[in-house]
Amino acid sequence: MKDGWRGYFGLCGSLLYWLLVAPFQGKPYRMAQVFAQTVRIGVQAVPMNALTSLTIGAVLAMQVAAELRKMGAESLVPSLVASSLIKELAPLITAIIVIGRSGSAVTAELGTMKVSEEIEALEVMAIPPMSYLVVPKFWAMTVMMPLLTVFSIYIGMFGGWLIAWSALDMSAAFFISRALDYVELRDVAIGLLKSTVFGVLVVTIACHTGLTVSGGAEGVGRATTRSVVISLLAVFAANAVLTAIFFF
Amino acid sequence: MGVPPPSSTTAREPVIEVRSVVQKFGPQTVLNGLDFTVHAGDTFIIMGGSGCGKSSLLKLLIGARKPTEGSIRVFGEEITTMGSSDLERIRRRYGMLFQSGALLQSLTIEENVALPLVEHTGLPRDLVDTVVKMKLEQVGLTGHGHKKPAQISGGMKKRAALARALALDPSLLFSDEPTAGLDPIMTAVVDDLTQKLTLKIGATAVVVTHDMASVFRIGTQIIMLGTGERQGKIVAQGTPEEIRANPDPVVQQFIRGEIAPGGDAAAGDLYRETLLSSSP
Repeated sequence: MKDGWRGYFGLCGSLLYWLLVAPFQGKPYRMAQVFAQTVRIGVQAVPMNALTSLTIGAVLAMQVAAELRKMGAESLVPSLVASSLIKELAPLITAIIVIGRSGSAVTAELGTMKVSEEIEALEVMAIPPMSYLVVPKFWAMTVMMPLLTVFSIYIGMFGGWLIAWSALDMSAAFFISRALDYVELRDVAIGLLKSTVFGVLVVTIACHTGLTVSGGAEGVGRATTRSVVISLLAVFAANAVLTAIFFF
Repeated sequence: MGVPPPSSTTAREPVIEVRSVVQKFGPQTVLNGLDFTVHAGDTFIIMGGSGCGKSSLLKLLIGARKPTEGSIRVFGEEITTMGSSDLERIRRRYGMLFQSGALLQSLTIEENVALPLVEHTGLPRDLVDTVVKMKLEQVGLTGHGHKKPAQISGGMKKRAALARALALDPSLLFSDEPTAGLDPIMTAVVDDLTQKLTLKIGATAVVVTHDMASVFRIGTQIIMLGTGERQGKIVAQGTPEEIRANPDPVVQQFIRGEIAPGGDAAAGDLYRETLLSSSP
């Protein structure tokens, strides 16, 4: 596989074949691999995602409450926390966690397999690495990123409510009803769309960087760093573009 | 050891036919006009000094790379112009023993050996397990199947990789430095297993090595690739006896593993020069 942009788009093209065409040519998805990757990429990221989302939700509520209190508009805390989490923070926090935890692991795993000839061994055994390694990771990442984002929203809201309850004496029922008053289904759709796009970007960048590793252990280290940096930049850029699209 | 090599190549069908193969990387010519044929049942050895292009040639033979020029026919089919799906079809008849073993680290030894069976045969699980058990028994790894590659020794990894390479009873086995890093006893064990098991399933073997003990223990046909001025060219070709009797000083020096053999300083200098001139 080639390095650089051409190689990346080559991987994306090949991935499209394995996702959309191959299953109709008697090459089904490897569901056991998809399930295993879903656990590794998604389920095992839940504790870290929960802790981060809880603290972000709580901090967000404190910051918002401090400003709104000056205007006597504390009742807007739930809606602002919910809106920020759903449209921006939860997709971004989840993407950052997944990049640091799972994207880097995918690159390191594939890179190590490349330098230890495991990828070549698969090819010689007539087992396409795209089908065996990349497609399961793609499905795992693309499905789990929105689910982790939904989870992040819930936990972030819980963190926000903890502050609202302890500092503003706001009941859970009031907090939820006020949050729902201002949140539209469109906002949720935007948040989930963003997280899906982030998932596709992270997994394709991580896999391409891993599969193009050269230079032994040092090369794997360099590739992992590159994967994290490129993924972060890609996610921030995509976030800006998607936000702009739905803003105007 | 103890298995007689095929006595003649003329009556047997060609499995690999390499014609005028040239491999260049930028301005550097690594393989230069190779012509040879591997016949069914051969244990075909590719040997030569470091940088002579042995590994590059192996990559061409397994279809991992395309040559700059020339033709490579495997089982009568041209692989240099083949699409990926046809190459996959041909590769199902390959077994490959990598220098590092290249066992998938995330799988157990049993799962590694079972992988080609699960992927390509559609056998029921209990039958796959039976075949895996039999293959592991053949290479002396009974009772180690549940371990991960990181938990076993280098020699065991090589044997596990051999079991995986032979899992589908391939028609053609490629080995890249199969005994590198092994002690002499384990080298003999791996050689013996390779020879016995390929003979048992009627496979043809192509072995890249510079281990002279292995070359003469298992080889039935040998080519030696040159370095320096003869970079990537075949400098010697024939049976083990013909290679032993080859008058080329570079060949003799390589066989004896001497940099400057007594009474033949010119040959020592020649080999040293070819090695140095081939270094990057």
